[in-house]
Amino acid sequence: MRRLMVVMLFASGAAYAGDEGQIHLKDGPGKDLVQSHCSVCHSLDEIQINSPFLDKAGWTAEVGKMINVMGIPIDDNEKGQIINYLTANYGAK
Amino acid sequence: MTNRRQFLKNLAGVAAAGSAGILLPRTGFGSVPGDNPDLASGTREASILDALPGKKPLIKRTFRAPCYETPVSYFNEVFTPNDAFFVRYHLSNIPKVTAQDWKLRIAGESIEKPFELNFADLTNPKNFEHVEIAAVCQCSGNRRGINIPHVAGVEWGYGAMGNAMWKGVRLKDVLAKAGIKKDALEVVLNGAERGILDKTPDFIKSLPMYRALDENTIIAFEMNGQPLPFWNGYPARLVVPGWTATYWTKHITDISVVNKPFDGFWMKMAYRIPQGKFPIVARFISQETEVNTPITEMVVNSLITSVHEGERFHPGQMVEVKGIAWDAGYGMQMVEVSTDGGRSWKDAELGKDYGRFSFRPWSFRFKAEKKGSYGVMAKATNRSGNTQTFELIRNPAGYHHNVVQKVDIVVA
Repeated sequence: MRRLMVVMLFASGAAYAGDEGQIHLKDGPGKDLVQSHCSVCHSLDEIQINSPFLDKAGWTAEVGKMINVMGIPIDDNEKGQIINYLTANYGAK
Repeated sequence: MTNRRQFLKNLAGVAAAGSAGILLPRTGFGSVPGDNPDLASGTREASILDALPGKKPLIKRTFRAPCYETPVSYFNEVFTPNDAFFVRYHLSNIPKVTAQDWKLRIAGESIEKPFELNFADLTNPKNFEHVEIAAVCQCSGNRRGINIPHVAGVEWGYGAMGNAMWKGVRLKDVLAKAGIKKDALEVVLNGAERGILDKTPDFIKSLPMYRALDENTIIAFEMNGQPLPFWNGYPARLVVPGWTATYWTKHITDISVVNKPFDGFWMKMAYRIPQGKFPIVARFISQETEVNTPITEMVVNSLITSVHEGERFHPGQMVEVKGIAWDAGYGMQMVEVSTDGGRSWKDAELGKDYGRFSFRPWSFRFKAEKKGSYGVMAKATNRSGNTQTFELIRNPAGYHHNVVQKVDIVVA
């Protein structure tokens, strides 16, 4: 559904740039959720470049901002899985 | 901007990224030659050289919203080429604005006679006088990526900036045509860029009246003698010389003069710096709180462009250190260079002055007599006596990074 929304947006004439197919997130529990939710509004390299220096509190703040400010609807269960994925795979070492 | 085939290819890319288990070649990752070594490892690995339509290959930090950085080598020129000028968007819904369809609306409760103008109206010199100004456009977060400890955001190295000769009309002339009421407090700026989701706060900024009405604040439609590149705000953008690029609204479509502080997310919550930490003169009083204030003018800064980390020279060879310096428009007083890691400093020679808002080129020559490592540093001081810092001034969003650079070269 969300994928469809993104496709429709591009088809409606928005300027669009690079080849996001080059981006590969690390495998791990929660990856699918991250890909489907986070890529609605931005490319997933946004996660990669912000690593590995955010701790769990840092990723919680980022995900919280996306939900509370940017308006992506994610329930608490999925939110927790997304934060865990980001912390485990892209968190401070 | 993107042709149909490219467009479909891009869509295929998105689909591939979204489906788990598809392996594609990883070539290109972490392949930016000379990318800043102080960036986080994740930043360096995910960054590639990539060309947006109409642009040269730039350092891609993120594809969408597009954030592309200018490689340092381009700053050996005082004016940054249009096709190498950095690109920074906040939101991913970027309509394909054309000059034919474009309209600019002037409105707000503190405007006497709201009106709308098209591109021909804006650029007709019978309506508004044409003016030109050389000015540095620098992202507030330029160099964020080399903040240690790292902070979240777009992880820029040195190149989220550029200098151009901007041509356009004064914002104050356009607003005068609409008539400004006495209670005017801020000028609110909106461009075509917006969010994917309805709930995402639109990227809307405001300026205090004194800065909006400054004679140097213009609505630009040319950059270095050419129409603006699409990715730099075609067909018209705001140019606010001296202030960070967050106020330089691209693809500008709406300008409102209002009598209350604008309270959108991008003013109230984002682009803020702690009170009292930076030597800033320009204030934005109607947006200040006790703890923080909107970022306003740029801090004094410089960049070494001609020698790079680890570069080798022969004993007795003349080494030419070149670079640029800039500030918020107070003008450059001097640039000092050290070749011994900051123990001693000598004046560099300042190059041609293209105006107080422009990059100012400088150069320094010295003979590298002895073998060994030389810590080359440059430090700019402006005419109000402010200079660069040696120690990072930490702030949550990593703004105003102007820590003196050190480039180690080797004589052997």
